[in-house]
Amino acid sequence: MLEIRDLHARVEGKDILRGVSLTVKRGEVHAIMGPNGSGKSTLAKVLAGHPSYEVTSGEVLFDGKNLLELEPDERAREGVFLAFQYPVEIPGVSNAQFLRLAYNEKRKHLGEEELDPLEFKDLLKERAQIVEMDAGLMSRSVNEGFSGGEKKRNEILQMAVLEPKLAVLDETDSGLDIDALRIVSEGVNKLRHADNAIVLVTHYQRLLNYIVPDYVHVLYKGRIVRSGGKELALALEEKGYDWIKDEAEESQPSAASA
Amino acid sequence: MMAQATKEKSSYRAAFEVMQAEDARCLPAWLLRLRETAMERFEQVGFPTTDVEDWKYTNTGAITKGAFAPVAADARVELGADDVAAFLAPEASSRLVFVNGVYRAELSATENLPAGVVVADFATAFAGEHESVLRAYLARPSDPEVDGFNALNAAFLREGALVYLPKGAQVSAPIQLLFLSAPATQTAAVFPRVLVVAERESAATIIESYASTGESRSFTNAVVEVFVGENARVTHYKVQRESEAAFHIATTNAELERSGVYDLTTITLGAQLSRHGIGVKLAHEGAECWVDGLYLVGTGQHADTHSLIDHTSPHCTSHQLYKGILDGKSRAVFNGKVFVHKDAQKTDAQQSNKNLLLSNEARVDTKPQLEIYADDVKCAHGATVGQLEEEELFYLVSRGLHTDLARNLLTYGFAEELVEKIKIESIKRQLDEAILNRLHARLEV
Ligand SMILES: Nc1ncnc2c1ncn2[C@@H]1O[C@H](COP(=O)(O)OP(=O)(O)O)[C@@H](O)[C@H]1O
Ligand SMILES: [Mg+2]
Repeated sequence: MLEIRDLHARVEGKDILRGVSLTVKRGEVHAIMGPNGSGKSTLAKVLAGHPSYEVTSGEVLFDGKNLLELEPDERAREGVFLAFQYPVEIPGVSNAQFLRLAYNEKRKHLGEEELDPLEFKDLLKERAQIVEMDAGLMSRSVNEGFSGGEKKRNEILQMAVLEPKLAVLDETDSGLDIDALRIVSEGVNKLRHADNAIVLVTHYQRLLNYIVPDYVHVLYKGRIVRSGGKELALALEEKGYDWIKDEAEESQPSAASA
Repeated sequence: MMAQATKEKSSYRAAFEVMQAEDARCLPAWLLRLRETAMERFEQVGFPTTDVEDWKYTNTGAITKGAFAPVAADARVELGADDVAAFLAPEASSRLVFVNGVYRAELSATENLPAGVVVADFATAFAGEHESVLRAYLARPSDPEVDGFNALNAAFLREGALVYLPKGAQVSAPIQLLFLSAPATQTAAVFPRVLVVAERESAATIIESYASTGESRSFTNAVVEVFVGENARVTHYKVQRESEAAFHIATTNAELERSGVYDLTTITLGAQLSRHGIGVKLAHEGAECWVDGLYLVGTGQHADTHSLIDHTSPHCTSHQLYKGILDGKSRAVFNGKVFVHKDAQKTDAQQSNKNLLLSNEARVDTKPQLEIYADDVKCAHGATVGQLEEEELFYLVSRGLHTDLARNLLTYGFAEELVEKIKIESIKRQLDEAILNRLHARLEV
């Protein structure tokens, strides 16, 4: 479904991704871990098409299509979804209104009938249960005045409504207490099925106890320096990132100065 | 140059003389005198030029040179109920309709009012028992600061709307005052005048609407005066959506008695050049006002708002929120002064002006001002000029919204605070559409 080949990207003139390759198949869950500043969010933003991030080389295929040629809104309608590490607050725009527009854009794209506000309200109510989201928040402005946990839940609620083929969840676990983490993880598990794929970006292993990945990759200084199964995450929890860093410096002495 | 100016003035003078002669027998003498004084004042000061500080950013040269002719009472335009329907607020159960400044009884409705409440055109009011109300309020000693536009309005004071609420009267349905410009043989200058007198403990909602039936290049010069009595409450909407060829100059003055409440919301969508001067005087303790507005302009439009919130007494509260949305090559001016006099202790005054520029060619000059002479007050003011937030835009777009729709939604979000304040559904809907239409225009490009 997703094929990233030797991707290089920069932001504000700084090279951040220095050759990322990754293949994600339908039905799989991949975790991308790595120390702060290694480029995890950059990779997520590049996949979503954020205009500040410039791809300097490499390619990304999504269902065989060149993803990098598509505008961010086209990517979304094709089924790419990014749960933001820092969801944006949008005063004056109601959650329900915004999500209905987004949902209908996608329906139109698929040649399906749009839902009117009442029909959509029912759908939203049903999906809100997946993340145990208070339906009252839906009439409020997007993320405005939401707690950290509510913002993260709102991201997963949007995923539940838009039903993407590929969901990239950027640090969805950060800022969640243990109860919220369980609710959000269970929500994601309910949305996981044989036809979609999930890329979990996380700093901690904790989330992976709840959402068990098929593969774990470690991103460091803009490269995937190690890949493995879920046991890799456990090893990282136990030993920290230092051994990975040391290993990476040894095998790629030029990485730091490239 | 002098000759040029004199000639312009004298074209108004000629029309003025004709009007005075026509009205000599049917209108009260005090009114004829008031008009004469005002005409002299206008001839003395003329139209303000950009040399005047208050008019620095708004050039009225096109009006001065515009060859506008005060419309004679018999210059009637054929307009039926069907033509007018689109401009009526269905929420209102009483209304006065003026077409090119002339009252049209057959399009108006003045029944359905509580006992003692008067909603009448001036001609009717002058002839009836409320002549004394008009006389008491219209013939007040004129303000020496009155500018040329105000003076000209008073000089041509003939048609207008009186809303009189006796003590304790509660009018639940809104009262609409509709001033329509329709294409006429002459480029019309019209001088609407509104007087609202709300006696103590009365309450009403007034919708003051200005619209055009075609692309008329009209000149509207309106003066509205509102007197809010003790514990009275006046909710006032001013909706201006004249043609984009029109010139619209308006003044709204309100004076509040003890614990009176005045809630003004202005919506500016139309006219090539519009200027709204607002003066609210919190003249007695405990008075409270809201002076809010939204201007939404595009290429070729210029919208100017000048307001003075005058705190002359203690324990008064004023709230002001003005928002501007500027698209294309448009221009807006906001100048808001809050003046707190020495005796006005415990004043609470908040003022804010926020502007959203949707294009690089749009320009706004904003100047919120506080002038405080009391020492125990709570005052805050501020102004912002910004563009759509890139991160907000990306967030919406990343959910599959087309860029235009996302921009539109953010623009709507910017205005939402004011849209939500509006309690009249039809006005709210007009505003929604105005924001949406801008989107359609952009999608077609
Ligand atoms: N918008 C941006 N502007 C400037 N620098 C950025 C921006 N986004 C990321 N970076 C830089 O890129 C590097 C990687 O950041 P990021 O992708 O957020 O890492 P991670 O998510 O792994 O913590 C950091 O050095 C960060 O400062
Ligand atoms: Mg990150």
